[in-house]
Amino acid sequence: MELQAVLMAAGGGSRMTDLTYNTPKAMLPVGNKPLMWYPLNLLERMGFEEVIVITTKEVQKMMSTDPKMKLDVKMKLDVVCIQEDGDMGTADALRHIQQKIKTDILVVSCDLITDVALHEVVDLFRAHNATLAMLMSKAHEFTETVPGQKGKKKTAEQRDFVGVDQSGKRLLFMANEADLEDGLSIRKSIMRKHPRMHIKTGLVDAHLYCLKKAVVDFLADNKSISSIRGELVPYLVRKQFSKTTNCPKIKDDAEDQNQKKNDGSTNHELLISSRDEPLLQLAQDRSCWNDHRGDMSEAYHGGKLRCYVHIMDEGPCYRVNTLAAYIEANRLAPKLFEEVPVHPSAVISERCQMGSDSYIGAMCQIADKTSIKRSTIGNSTTVKEKVKVANSIIMHGVTIEEGCNIQGSVICSNAVIGRGADLKYCLVGNGQQIEPEAERTNEVIVGADQLMEI
Amino acid sequence: MADAGEPEGPERKDDIVKAKQEGKELTKEEKQRLRKEKKQQKKSKEKKDDKPSRDSEKEKKPASAASPAPQTPTQPPAQKAPSAAPAPVPVPASETPSAADKPAKSKAELKAERRARQEAERASKGKKGDVGPQAAPGKPKAPPSELQPVVKRLPEHVQVDNPEVLKKLAKKLERQQIPLRSDYGYKVSLFSHLHQYSRKAPLTQQLGIPSTVIHPAIVRLGLQYSQGIVAGSNARSVALLHAFKQVIRDYTTPPNEELSRDLVNRLKPYISFLNQCRPLSASMGNAIKYIKKEISNIPSQCKEEEAKRKLLNCIDCYINEKIVLAAKAIAKYSIEKISDGDVILVYGCSSLVNHILCEAFEKNRKFRVIVVDSRPRLEGREALRRLVQKGINCTYVLISAVSYILPEVSKVFLGAHALLANGYVMSRVGTSQIALVAKAFNVPVLVCCETYKFCERVQTDSFVSNELDDPDDLIVTRTGTTQLEHWQEVPSLGLLNLVYDVTPPDFVDLVITDLGMIPCTSVPVVLRVKNVDQ
Repeated sequence: MELQAVLMAAGGGSRMTDLTYNTPKAMLPVGNKPLMWYPLNLLERMGFEEVIVITTKEVQKMMSTDPKMKLDVKMKLDVVCIQEDGDMGTADALRHIQQKIKTDILVVSCDLITDVALHEVVDLFRAHNATLAMLMSKAHEFTETVPGQKGKKKTAEQRDFVGVDQSGKRLLFMANEADLEDGLSIRKSIMRKHPRMHIKTGLVDAHLYCLKKAVVDFLADNKSISSIRGELVPYLVRKQFSKTTNCPKIKDDAEDQNQKKNDGSTNHELLISSRDEPLLQLAQDRSCWNDHRGDMSEAYHGGKLRCYVHIMDEGPCYRVNTLAAYIEANRLAPKLFEEVPVHPSAVISERCQMGSDSYIGAMCQIADKTSIKRSTIGNSTTVKEKVKVANSIIMHGVTIEEGCNIQGSVICSNAVIGRGADLKYCLVGNGQQIEPEAERTNEVIVGADQLMEI
Repeated sequence: MADAGEPEGPERKDDIVKAKQEGKELTKEEKQRLRKEKKQQKKSKEKKDDKPSRDSEKEKKPASAASPAPQTPTQPPAQKAPSAAPAPVPVPASETPSAADKPAKSKAELKAERRARQEAERASKGKKGDVGPQAAPGKPKAPPSELQPVVKRLPEHVQVDNPEVLKKLAKKLERQQIPLRSDYGYKVSLFSHLHQYSRKAPLTQQLGIPSTVIHPAIVRLGLQYSQGIVAGSNARSVALLHAFKQVIRDYTTPPNEELSRDLVNRLKPYISFLNQCRPLSASMGNAIKYIKKEISNIPSQCKEEEAKRKLLNCIDCYINEKIVLAAKAIAKYSIEKISDGDVILVYGCSSLVNHILCEAFEKNRKFRVIVVDSRPRLEGREALRRLVQKGINCTYVLISAVSYILPEVSKVFLGAHALLANGYVMSRVGTSQIALVAKAFNVPVLVCCETYKFCERVQTDSFVSNELDDPDDLIVTRTGTTQLEHWQEVPSLGLLNLVYDVTPPDFVDLVITDLGMIPCTSVPVVLRVKNVDQ
């Protein structure tokens, strides 16, 4: 067995609480499919037959009742539940399932929507015998207006600085703006080995990682690391160039020995590649290949720990962790997967004007004289007469009374929009009721209990 | 000498018995006698009348274990010609019932049968005398094909322009569940019979992740071959054996199967996969033959754990003997040939030549090295790095400057990818050029090659069997510009990136192997000695 897939679906969606306070992030509908379905579909298409899903009990319950998940996902899902409120990071979750992990792993986040050719990432992992291989993509600008945003854009998110070598594949440097106090400092040893480094900031981390099994074992011993993206990845990237990994056979000074003992145990685990290490070394010695030129060192500068990244230039790659991303994903994801615009069980009257890029879910009832353009309507939604819906996302179980006009809004599940309401760029929370003849623009309408969260 | 002791059915099986004996005992003299007999028979066909009488004589003593060896070979050749030439039909007919009756023949008997069929084929074609058993590179065919007169079997990888061969290959790969790698780009017409793949379209694109059909170590190895991370004859063989070790470790015998047979069958799709990633080298082919032989020789009562341990041990021994110790021995011989004040020319990056030069430098010989390099691989830079790291004085030139630099050179050391049975040296493209120019300047050319790279193929030119690398490697120049980026749109333009070429033995003065220093023409002797040993 080569790779085991692990899907992290326990995240809370902390950056879009308006949407997630009632529905867990993993089950938010995107294009009328739960968000989890997209990474699972990607894994299935690539040929995986089993996935370990780490999630909360709530999501597990919803998964078992959701028809889409039951029918479409043919892989065997091994669901592991963790406590929802416990502060479990992704690395903590990996530590939790350490017993199940028998080979190298592929960790995917539940909010990733992409159609990348996974073999590009996995080939880097295989060919170079890498410890870590990850996927990143050029960030797309979000063009849709986000409801609830008051005027100007929010302050720029903390940027990620990613340093790659000349070929664009080897990962040399990774840091978040928040961690860099004074400026970006790069060690001289790295510059000596890789004199040409490209530092990129406009990249989106897809949270798709191929990790060696030794890393999981290492995590089991180092309980201080709790997040893959936040702590483990920068640690591994830094460790590529640390002195102890590069020269394991240093002179036997006493101090060196002590230092080796402290770091040695951790490094030793990370560096075990195969039982026939001398043979591999012999093959590499006899091979006339080098990954760099211009200096006197051998391939990979003799380093055993290597991190690689595949940067997607084109093609969709979205991480649905903010409201803007969610809206964008809803717009584009159905096109990716060639969804049937109208679910066969929906009841649509003949005098309804439906645009070509609208998607109607199962068991909807759309009455006469309605106009639905560029919108997604969830399952079991009722839309009465003379309603105009444009550029909106309507989740499941919503009732929209007559004469409403909904533009650029997000209406969460089980909401009721009263007659004649006019909503522009609003976000209506779960189960909310909008009174008839209401006129709201650019507002977030949520329940009182929600307002208490900070 | 004795036959296998199997119960003889119909009497026409006699020739098979004799064939078995023949297969086991044919020595050089007997083969020559065989050819002479056939020539005689071709000229005078009256002897056919005598054959039936001799046949009846033979039938009286079918299973006589005491029949003296020299007599029996004379009879079967005489018997062969009539049985083969005027009546090819009885031979296949006799063979097929035998095959049907005895499904559990031992390997040696099958081998002897095949050889008998081959001999019959040759007799019916009326070949000349100097055709040895190495002539037919393809595997022996089923009996019906003996009826066709001439065509020798060519290996698949030199028949890419023949659609039937491609279809057969596609079918075979489909059966083994391995994706077919498609050729890329326009091929120059002289080389259109060879495969040409693109590095940007790896075979793993069509495999599922995670790979279940093919062992992960083999997928990793195939990727490393196709991307050139493991390059060079020795490195490829060692990496191959390393991957096989992992396969053997992870292998479990399925119930009702024998390890000796099942493991060989398990390795076949892996070898096809590696072949698709990059055509196998001669050294890899010999290593695979050795492993298959070792696996088949495992006795059936051996327990699985012990068998695996034995195989892993064999692999380690093979690598140690044929590669590591051989390199030491070759270095020892070569150091005698390197004297103080020498100027040595090397080409490209041969792991063996680099090892020799490093050893010689450690033994305090005073010499300097000229490294010749060529595009697009520019492997010489890696050789340069390794030598300079040791402290050797080096000069670096491109191959276009070789005739300007040769007056300074006192010796040329070349590495080899394989040594062919007719004494030709198959090596990186450009080697024959260097050997030619060195000959013109009367500079001695020494080829260093381990014996496990000796191969039974015969080639006199670089066209028939070669490897075409990715043509897109040629479009990038030193400054990084790609003028030829859209070469595919120009219909009359073809890019050719050859990998190997063959050097005739007249240009090579000495071959240094682990068996000693031999002239190029002694390669067939070494091969024969090796075959007899095995």
